Amino acid sequence: MKYGALVFLSAFLALAASWGGLILAPQIQVGRGQQETNAVNSAELYPQARPGLARQGLSVYRANGCADCHTQQVRQTGSQCDVVLVDAGTNAEALAEALMKANVGISKASAAGLAVGLPKPILRRVPANLAKSTVSAIQSVGAKGKVEIVALGPDIARSWGPRRNVAADYLFDDPVLLGSQRIGPDLANVGLRLPDPTWHLRHLYEPRSEVKGSLMPPYRFLFERRKTGPHPSSEALQLSGKLAPPAGWEIVPRPEALALVAYLRSLRSDTPLFEAPMSSSAPAQTNAPAR
Amino acid sequence: MTASESTASSPVAPVSDADSLNASCRWPLLVLFISAAGWAVLASFFQLIASIKFHSPDFLADSPWTTYGRVHDAAGSALLYGFGIQAGLGIALRICTGTATLPAARQWIVTFGATLWNLGVLVGIVGILGGDNTGYENLQLPHYAAMLLFVGYLLAGVTIVFTLHGRRQPCLSSPQWFVLAAMFWFAWIFTTATWLLLLSTVRGVEQSVIDWWYSGNLTVVWLGLVGLGTGLYFLEESRDAAGTRDYRPLFVFWTLILFGSWTGIPSGAPVPVWMPTLSMIATLALAVPLLTIAVTVYGGQPGLRGNSNSRAGSRFIQFALAAWVAATALKVISALPEAASRIDFTWFMTAQAELNTYGFYAMMMFGGIYWIVPQVTGMEWPLRKAVGVHFWLAAAGVLLIVLPLAIGGVAQGMKLNHASIPFIDVTAATLPYLRVSTMGDVLIFIGHLLFLSNLLAVTVRVVRAWGMPRYRSVMMEPSAGEVEP
Repeated sequence: MKYGALVFLSAFLALAASWGGLILAPQIQVGRGQQETNAVNSAELYPQARPGLARQGLSVYRANGCADCHTQQVRQTGSQCDVVLVDAGTNAEALAEALMKANVGISKASAAGLAVGLPKPILRRVPANLAKSTVSAIQSVGAKGKVEIVALGPDIARSWGPRRNVAADYLFDDPVLLGSQRIGPDLANVGLRLPDPTWHLRHLYEPRSEVKGSLMPPYRFLFERRKTGPHPSSEALQLSGKLAPPAGWEIVPRPEALALVAYLRSLRSDTPLFEAPMSSSAPAQTNAPAR
Repeated sequence: MTASESTASSPVAPVSDADSLNASCRWPLLVLFISAAGWAVLASFFQLIASIKFHSPDFLADSPWTTYGRVHDAAGSALLYGFGIQAGLGIALRICTGTATLPAARQWIVTFGATLWNLGVLVGIVGILGGDNTGYENLQLPHYAAMLLFVGYLLAGVTIVFTLHGRRQPCLSSPQWFVLAAMFWFAWIFTTATWLLLLSTVRGVEQSVIDWWYSGNLTVVWLGLVGLGTGLYFLEESRDAAGTRDYRPLFVFWTLILFGSWTGIPSGAPVPVWMPTLSMIATLALAVPLLTIAVTVYGGQPGLRGNSNSRAGSRFIQFALAAWVAATALKVISALPEAASRIDFTWFMTAQAELNTYGFYAMMMFGGIYWIVPQVTGMEWPLRKAVGVHFWLAAAGVLLIVLPLAIGGVAQGMKLNHASIPFIDVTAATLPYLRVSTMGDVLIFIGHLLFLSNLLAVTVRVVRAWGMPRYRSVMMEPSAGEVEP
């Protein structure tokens, strides 16, 4: 290693390889993402860009470093299937026999009550192939059944989201703020979980009034404290106790606060995708493919 | 340690010669080091504010300029760009200059580059506090600051590389490979990240991929190259029998740049799975340079550590090498899929990053500066005891941050994986650990104040002595050694 040129060359080759592998290749694969009719149960295009106010809210979220404490990426350890009996058909005995033959742990006693309260799940958290064979056994005797896919993992169990996040979920965000630390809860689906805008506004104003023991700092600078004029603002926060402003005063969210709340409410990734299947609560037109 | 001792024990050149040569880069170095120390003070001050918010969330919460997200990012950027890279540039300049003389024109170019760099950091930190944070981890400085940083870096970096042409030995020494590669490395990764994230932004999650790639290259490769280069420089100069052929630095160099540059993508990221998998394999492969360094430093060659204890800054450098071994070991362990799923998104990752950036890199920079400044100014440290105190403050500070956060992070990860434990309880359980780490932030802050005072004091002395014709003649002429300022 006598010469500078050799050092330069080896550094160049090493860095060029990594640049090609982790900048160029991902750009070709995910950087050229487009809207696709990728959703499992409908023909709608996914993803959709956020509405304008929510996009302004994203920049409030970025400017205040919200991503320092909140991730926006739900993870999943795997998935399993539920089998739902939709219609017991006309021959209850044959159905019971078929299910017992399919050997899915349904006893004669429980098989008797199968037709009551449909549709109902008859198998929970089973592997995909067992679920499929059970459904075909059900269909073979003229009854109807379907497979529902359930995502698994601690994030899902905390109801932080119905499925894992995938690259497509972030296509129109600029910047993409995935976050790397969970000092606060994951927000990938906060709009799904907490749709109430007044809750968000009160929570931003004084987090501990809504969540006991929260570590979140208050964001009172997103609100304006002003004298109640002849026409009190309809947007003024309804606060009680120590937080309530003195008589004749009101606390009104500034545009930034409204934008931020619009952004938070727009955070939801609950469209079933082929690469991240889940069962939507909407009535299914086709069965989601079990993978 | 006096000036004459420090230069006399250096094997490279006769005392007199070394003195006049060393003196040639003292002004750019003082500028770089003092501004770096200033940013270190500011960074730890911001970090302290951020840390106090875990004791009382209402602390300084009513102004947007001091909200947690902004202060925390300002602290990180000030430490990384203001202190880290700037100090690294200074040490790279010293290592590349070696026994050559730095022409006056180049001194000015480096100083001008450093000024632009500092302006960039300043504008960027104000931008972050004012709400112009880019949102990309490790690249939070807004685009207008990035421009200044880029030009400043090019001026300083290119000049540093060109000083290698003036060298007297035909061979590059191993520390010179490290810093030469690092100079090139940062130019490339910073251009890529700035261009594709801030100027003509790519779409979707590719932004995160680029940011992860940049972060990995910056924290593993760049900090690794400059930090280990400084360590090697120190070890080589303190070894009495120089000139023995040793291929281990070369091996560490190649494995570090080969594997380190692929390590960025976190496991479980919402991207196609081949990317995190590649990064996982590359991170596991970091075990190779890790073991090599561990064997080199701790593997029964007493000469490497033996006679270096008397030098100012040597304790910093030994601490830093140990911290690099520990931080890299933690990184390798946390890349194992079993571990990754338990510690992702927890304070453990913060602890690992802190051990790498502060325990390893910043400590190495302190050690290097404490050692180099007496060489180039010909003066010992005015606040001599403060050097030792700074070491203990910094070492205790890092440990008080890293240990609680690592332990707390593992506990937090275990709880996060049990969905039956409410999230608010998971957070509450991390609080005691966070509050202990505030102590560490306080110690580090005091340490930085001592560091800055020492540098300012030495500069005052240099400026005074500069006015003295006697000193000037001494620095220019061969009979230098014995002068006490």
